[in-house]
Parts: sequence; structure tokens; C-alpha cells
Amino acid sequence: MSFEVPTDLEKEIDERITHYPVSKRSAVLPVLHALQHHFGFLSEEAVEWTAAKLELEPIKVLEVVTFYPGFRQEAPGKYHIRVCRTLSCAMAGSYELMENICDKTGIDRSGVTHHNPIAVSPDGRFSIEFAECLASCGTGPVCLVEDDFHEAVSDVDSLLSQYP
Amino acid sequence: MSSVIYKEGREPHPREHRVVFKNVDREGWDPSMERYVSEGGYDQLKKALTLKPGEVTDEVKKAGLRGRGGAGFPAGVKWGFIPPTNEKPVYLICNADESEPGTFKDRYIIHQDPHQLIEGMAISCFAVGAKLAYIYIREEFPEGAAILETAIEEAHKKGFLGKDIQGSGFDLEIYVHRGAGAYICGEETGLIESLEGKRPYPRIKPPYFPAAMGLYLCPTIVNNVETLCHVKHIMEIGSEAWSQTGKPNNTGTRILCVSGDVKKPGYYEVQVGHVTMGELINDICGGLKDGRELKAVIPGGSSAKVLRAGETFKIGRGDDEKEISIWDIPMDFDSLAACGSMAGSGGVIVIDDSRSISWVLNNINNFYAHESCGQCTPCREGSLWMKKITDRVVAGKASPSDIDTLDSVARNIDGRTICAFGEASSWPTESFIDKFRDELVADTNPELEGVVVNAETFTASANL
Ligand SMILES: Cc1cc2nc3c(=O)[nH]c(=O)nc-3n(C[C@H](O)[C@H](O)[C@H](O)COP(=O)(O)O)c2cc1C
Ligand code: SF4
Ligand code: FES
Repeated sequence: MSFEVPTDLEKEIDERITHYPVSKRSAVLPVLHALQHHFGFLSEEAVEWTAAKLELEPIKVLEVVTFYPGFRQEAPGKYHIRVCRTLSCAMAGSYELMENICDKTGIDRSGVTHHNPIAVSPDGRFSIEFAECLASCGTGPVCLVEDDFHEAVSDVDSLLSQYP
Repeated sequence: MSSVIYKEGREPHPREHRVVFKNVDREGWDPSMERYVSEGGYDQLKKALTLKPGEVTDEVKKAGLRGRGGAGFPAGVKWGFIPPTNEKPVYLICNADESEPGTFKDRYIIHQDPHQLIEGMAISCFAVGAKLAYIYIREEFPEGAAILETAIEEAHKKGFLGKDIQGSGFDLEIYVHRGAGAYICGEETGLIESLEGKRPYPRIKPPYFPAAMGLYLCPTIVNNVETLCHVKHIMEIGSEAWSQTGKPNNTGTRILCVSGDVKKPGYYEVQVGHVTMGELINDICGGLKDGRELKAVIPGGSSAKVLRAGETFKIGRGDDEKEISIWDIPMDFDSLAACGSMAGSGGVIVIDDSRSISWVLNNINNFYAHESCGQCTPCREGSLWMKKITDRVVAGKASPSDIDTLDSVARNIDGRTICAFGEASSWPTESFIDKFRDELVADTNPELEGVVVNAETFTASANL
């Protein structure tokens, strides 16, 4: 797969970099967000591209990618789901929610580890992982599907049907 | 105020005193600039700009505003730590990382009333002399980040941001910076490292107190969203009137976020110290679920030490000293500290008698094991060991002496680390053992004493 950053995206990225007049390095997170949003994950090429763009050694970008749970190095499904697993949501049934979603989508989480937290459905439509407290503990269980926030999720079928 | 009508079913409880949350769930309210200025929005910024920066700081000091992000440190005092001889640029950062488990208040300010925050920030920037400010918002608030960017754009168009604001000669740019899913970015020095484009490894204090050596090693003020919003209201009614709400040394209102085993979880803005734990749970939150009894409360976000139903607490000093039950604890900074816990982030997690204490502690330990940044050995190793031991307890694979090991691991973390995450991660375990040792031990198996347990037999239940 060739790695090409579309002109529009590069323009958007260049504009973001201007938000950091003191140090271009500060733009590492926003540049990575823009690339992950477009490509779905951060490939080696994305890391190198970011490093070149911000005039950094690639390791300075890679160490950021590998630290933050919000960055992925492998392709997720078409729709990526993050289920909150922290206390208030767990009390409200978030582990059951995770199980239900996995049942309905055929996702097998048995291979999930700390370093590879994401599991993808066989048809590639969904991927899933647990997230820590999403700051909506009063309306658990909560999850994010892509950028959409869902509270008090009880009906998994109607949740999934919104994402064809 | 009396003309404010709220959406049906979302009306504030009569015990509430809405200031920062005045417009949250309000009928006919929206996050636009037009709506905000239609009720005097940005008037307080205009007013501040006619004062001297030091006068604004003095007002905030006099009001006694204590930080709403976790530590409860007085905001005006913090602002005063910028070295008077400073010649470097000063920065202000709004901490919108909102990641302490049990806390969900900044989200609603950002989503429903973004201009309140921007006005509060602009006034604060003027006071501390910052011309460049960032809102560090957690990545999991994508919609919030977009709303803030729109609001910033609107404020620019109206001349409330940018160059020479309202002809005052004061320049200010605010940018939104999104995190990437790490709790430690809420810790102010970790946040600063993250904003510099690095791993969010907290810095050692001293010398790296942000007000002296923060972003790009320049003086930097970091304040929570709710704290910065209050600054606008202090400007509006004056420190005198503002500090009449709440109680001495615990002034103002604050938003309590209640979750867990109550009938009506939610966010409630109350005068600090004017409601007790019992009133909060029983009156405001509709009480516990039917047939249930209170077991424990974590009163200030998951890092706060747990309080057990049935224990007694000594509060007050000298002649005022009295012994009270959990129900009578006034919800303020000093009282919760006197009870051996903290008001923290305002996140109150209620646990009833249907819950297993081992399970609750294990869930919390999983959080800290996942979120330790890994710089300090006691925290990196200890948080993982605590998780592994409680994984075993939950799986029925622990021996009674494992609880002693758990205790010793926890007590070897706090006080021995770079940042307060060390305390945050060990306090739950320490306090759960102090108060619920019997229950934890009851979940262990004496026959396993001295037996080596194969990892595979219990990690199946681990919370990955
Ligand atoms: C581990 C850790 C996590 C924290 N997370 C947050 C957070 O999510 N939001 C926040 O405002 N403060 C958080 N804080 C507190 C900040 O370090 C800092 O004290 C606060 O933002 C200062 O603002 P305030 O004085 O207005 O409360 C955290 C502290 C620690 C030690
Ligand atoms: S205490 Fe924990 S989170 Fe804080 S710096 Fe040390 S390892 Fe990192
Ligand atoms: S515990 Fe799930 S949102 Fe806080």
C-alpha cells in the first residue's frame, strides 16, 4: 500500500502546526491524530512522514505512538468501538456489554493482550477494545463508536445497526 | 436567574445552586456566541480588561477559589507563584483531560457552554499575563474539541480573542490540543510534556513547578475547566459576594458527580459544604436502590480513599470536635480531608451491599496498572502487582497472606514516586485493606497458602 497524504489533509496539518509557534514538536499529537483519522492507523510510513514534517528523528514520533492508548499501529475494523471498563460503567454492566457486542459481531477477544488490545470482527466491519473511564460515569455503560458517543447502552442490535 | 427554565426531566434539584452549570440542560440555550452574548456574555472580560492584571488576581485570591481538578489548591495563590522578576512568556493551560474515574462535569461545560470557559480563560490569561493558552482536552471528547474550536473562531470574529482585544492592547490566542487516551496527561507536568509533543512523563517537583518552570520551561498556569469558569463569576459578582456561597476556606459552589448504586446518578452543583453525604445520596440522588444498604463511598474520584458505611469520623477542632457517621459528612474539602479521604475531583462513587469489595478494588487496580506511565519503579511494578494480586483474589486463587503482600506493595508506593499518581494508585488498596480486610480475606483460600499459582489459571478473568 502506498502512503500518500492528500493535499487537503496536508493543508489541514500545516495549519495545525501553526498553533505551536514556540515548538513544532508540540504538533506531534495533532499530526498523528490527523493521519490516524484518515488512514485508520499509524503505519511506519506515517511515523516517518510525521518525523520529516516536524523535523524530528522518527524515534521521537514512534515513542509517542507506542505510549498513548489512543494511537494504533494496526488497522481497526471499519467502525472502531471503545467500551468503558472502569468502575461505574462496570457496575452498570459494561463487561456484559462487551460480551454482547462480541457475540453479535463474531469478534474473538481471546488473543487480546496489553500491547494488542484491539480485536476485529471476521467481516472487518467492527473492531473493539476496552477503554478507561470516558467521563460519563453517571450514564453507564457507555461506549464510543468512531467519534460517536453512546450512553446507557442496552440494545446492542440497535447500536450496531447504525453502522452498516 | 428566575427566568431560567430547564429541559423537562432535567431540572436541577432544589438543593442545587447553579452557577457554572446555569446553562447546562437549559431550555432554549445553545453553545453559540449569539446566545452567550445575549445574556451578558463577555461583559466580564470587558470589565477585567479595564482593571490591572494584579487586581484580577487579587479578586480571585480574596474569593478563596480552590482548584476543582483534584488537589483543591487556591487558584489565586498559584497564580501568585509566577516569579515577579519573570521576563519569559507566560502560558496558561486549561486542563480538560477529565479522566479521574467517577468524574463527569467538564464534559457538559465544554459541550453546552463553551464560551463560559473561553471567557474565564481569557480573564485568567489577562490576570497572569499569558498571550498564548491551550485547552488540553482528552482525545475521547472529539465532539467537545470541535465545539471549542468553533467557539474560539466565533470569539475571534467578535474581537474577544486575537490581537488588541476590545482595544485594550491585550493579545491572546487560545488553541485546542487533543490528548491521546492516557490518564497521566491529567497530571499537570505530564500534561505539559504531552503538550511539548513527548511521552507524558511527569516532571519532578521541585524544581518543575509549572508556575515557575512549565511549558517550554516558562511560567505556566494549569487550571481545571470548572476552576477557570468560576473566575468569570468572581468577576461578575465580586469576590465578596462569591465567597458568601460555600463556607469559609471552602468557598463557592462545585459540581458533584454521583455514579454507582443510587437511583438518580448525575451531576449536581451545590454550595461547597452545604449538603452532607446523606443528603446527597438520599435526597438529591433519590437514595439507594430498593432493598439495598450502603456499603462504601469513594468520595472524590477513584484515587480518593474509600469511606465505609458504619465507621465514625472525627471532624472539627477543639470545642467544635465531634464524631459523625458517613451520612453526616459535609461535602467540602476540609471535612473530607478530616475524614481521611479527599474531595478530589468531585466524583462520588456509591457502592451498595450487592457488590463484592474484592471485585471493586480489582477494577480500580486494573485502571492504575493500565495507566501508570512507568517512570518510577514502585509505581510501575507496584500498580501491576496490586492488579495481579486482586485478579487472583477475584478468581479465588489467592491465599490469605496475599492480602498482607498486597498491603505491603501499596505502602511501598506512595511517597516514593515522581508524581501523585503513586498516591492515587496506592490509596484505594491501602484504604480498602484498612476498612474491608475481612471481606478481602474471606475471598481468599487458606489451602492455597504457600502454593504457587499458575498464571494461566487466573488471568483468564483478568480485565484486559
Ligand atoms: C494522576 C493525576 C491525574 C489528574 N487528572 C486530572 C484531570 O483529569 N483533570 C484535572 O483538571 N486535573 C487533574 N489532575 C490534577 C492536575 O495535576 C492539576 O492539579 C489541576 O489540573 C490543577 O487545576 P486546579 O488547580 O484548577 O484544580 C490530576 C492529577 C494527578 C496526579
Ligand atoms: S508515580 Fe507513576 S505515573 Fe507518576 S511518574 Fe511515577 S511511574 Fe509515572
Ligand atoms: S466509568 Fe465509564 S465513563 Fe466513567
